[in-house]
Amino acid sequence: MVRHYLDFERPLMEMEREYEELQRFAHRDDPRVLARIKKLQNRIAKVRKEIYSQLTPWQKTQLSRHIDRPHTLDYIHLVFEDFMELHGDRGFMDDPAMIGGLARLEGETVVVVGHQKGRDVKEMSYRNFGMPHPEGYRKALRIMQLGAGFRKPIITMIDTPGAYPGVGAEERGQAEAIAHNLREMATILTPIIGVVIGEGGSGGALAIGVGDRILMMENAIYSVISPEGCAAILWRDGAKGPLAAEALRLTASDLLKLGVIDEVIPEPLGGAHCDYQAAAAKLKEALLRHLEELRDVPEERLLPERYQKFRRMGAFMEE
Amino acid sequence: MAWFKKKEVTPKERKKGDALWSKCNVCNEITYKKELERNLNVCPKCSYHFPISAQKRLAIVLDEGSFRELDRGLTSVDPIHFRDTKRYSERLKEAQRRTGLKDAFVTGSGKVHDSPAMMGVFDFGFLGGSLGSVVGEKIARMVEKAVEERVGVIIFTSSGGARMQEGILSLMQMAKTSAALSLLKREKLPYISVLTDPTTGGATASFAMLGDVIVAEPGALIGFAGPRVIKETIKTNLPPGFQRAEYLLKHGMIDLIVERKQLKEILGQLLDLLYH
Ligand SMILES: [Zn+2]
Repeated sequence: MVRHYLDFERPLMEMEREYEELQRFAHRDDPRVLARIKKLQNRIAKVRKEIYSQLTPWQKTQLSRHIDRPHTLDYIHLVFEDFMELHGDRGFMDDPAMIGGLARLEGETVVVVGHQKGRDVKEMSYRNFGMPHPEGYRKALRIMQLGAGFRKPIITMIDTPGAYPGVGAEERGQAEAIAHNLREMATILTPIIGVVIGEGGSGGALAIGVGDRILMMENAIYSVISPEGCAAILWRDGAKGPLAAEALRLTASDLLKLGVIDEVIPEPLGGAHCDYQAAAAKLKEALLRHLEELRDVPEERLLPERYQKFRRMGAFMEE
Repeated sequence: MAWFKKKEVTPKERKKGDALWSKCNVCNEITYKKELERNLNVCPKCSYHFPISAQKRLAIVLDEGSFRELDRGLTSVDPIHFRDTKRYSERLKEAQRRTGLKDAFVTGSGKVHDSPAMMGVFDFGFLGGSLGSVVGEKIARMVEKAVEERVGVIIFTSSGGARMQEGILSLMQMAKTSAALSLLKREKLPYISVLTDPTTGGATASFAMLGDVIVAEPGALIGFAGPRVIKETIKTNLPPGFQRAEYLLKHGMIDLIVERKQLKEILGQLLDLLYH
């Protein structure tokens, strides 16, 4: 696979390319080549550590949108077995930007729903860049309620730039669809775990983000508005995205501090796209652990606790 | 997504234009302010319904003397120390000074033609009626109070959406308020949502579209994404009347369009029909 480098990864690019070439073509019994390889290895390890241990919010934003980043279907195939995708909102259409279905997690049947982005031009357009129409939210809720009817726990994966700003999406009530999900997810009587795996973009993200646990991958972001959108409005300059990313506090560690999420799931060095297996293994471990905890919550306490979780969010003074 | 336009008006223009006369956003008719107020802030020429303050709204719909304000002391803080071209804390202070309000939402109990209800009213003049922690908390509290007192809820929205300056916490108010409304539904108490100009972004995608009955004022802009953003995305012109109350009625998204002078009558009837 061709690796896609982000601007801040440039220092790595030259070295890694040289390293790969040496590995592939050089006479490896030549001691000078061996020494060069060894030196490069050390240097690459050092630079990687330097870059990835102090990522800025904007750099994390870029990583969260990385074209090679694992998407919902990638995690589904690595974390679950027997995924059976279900389709349609029973009203208007099947929205490919939102997927959902039944699967097994270590033998237990669960419901999985999530935004789905594409990786090549054709799939990106087919998936509408992971931006659902109202039917996507309605499909997600239908599948969640279907699962809840059979007492299956629900896992949602959040990865969207946001709702789609289009005429049809508005005409068919995307605001109503999102609102309806928010209210109904507060009443679904089986455990719900939401995971922000990439981009958590505003209402389109939140529409499948009400649950008993909200987790976030280390380099995912979750925000009320995209940094570019925020910059365009408040700085009147969309190019001030990096500034807005800083101001919005949208990284996983920020959200943990703000009490909006419950846990940050570590990613392999360089981001989840550098090692799908490792990222998926961490996600699976976290899901199993939280499901186990939620299994112990008696049914009559599940909804009041979920309510209180969101009821507490916010900051204000009272005179 | 939060969006609101900030109209820059110099103090001079304000003095000159705003003191006695108001210009209609739609037909540009200039009306003597006193006359406009007598007409409930509805343009006498094209009947555009101007946004009105929370105080005026309450005076129009409530039985006189029936209002008891709740949670008056709730005030926004600056949870993420947000600063764009100006500090959020300064924007708050300015808005408080200008409106005399602590935040963009006023709640309390009141009566409409003798039917009791919890009332919540946005004030668009306070940071574009944006949805922040205080607004979310007040909505949750008024709904919980309604459950306690076994009455319905009426919310009048005019809001540009989530308050970006509170970051993710503003987004979470959508979940918080919608979850609160699930209690009302469970308790079989009515919720009437009144959409006024403009109702967009995070407000629309949460409590505003969850009414058992959804009423809108004529011509109100109602949508999730702002029309400008949509136009930039799809790169064609928007259909005539797009995202206006009449358009939403036609597309099945709202129940009724009610003129401001009829509003009290209709709300009273609705409460009466739902209560008895
Ligand atoms: Zn007019």
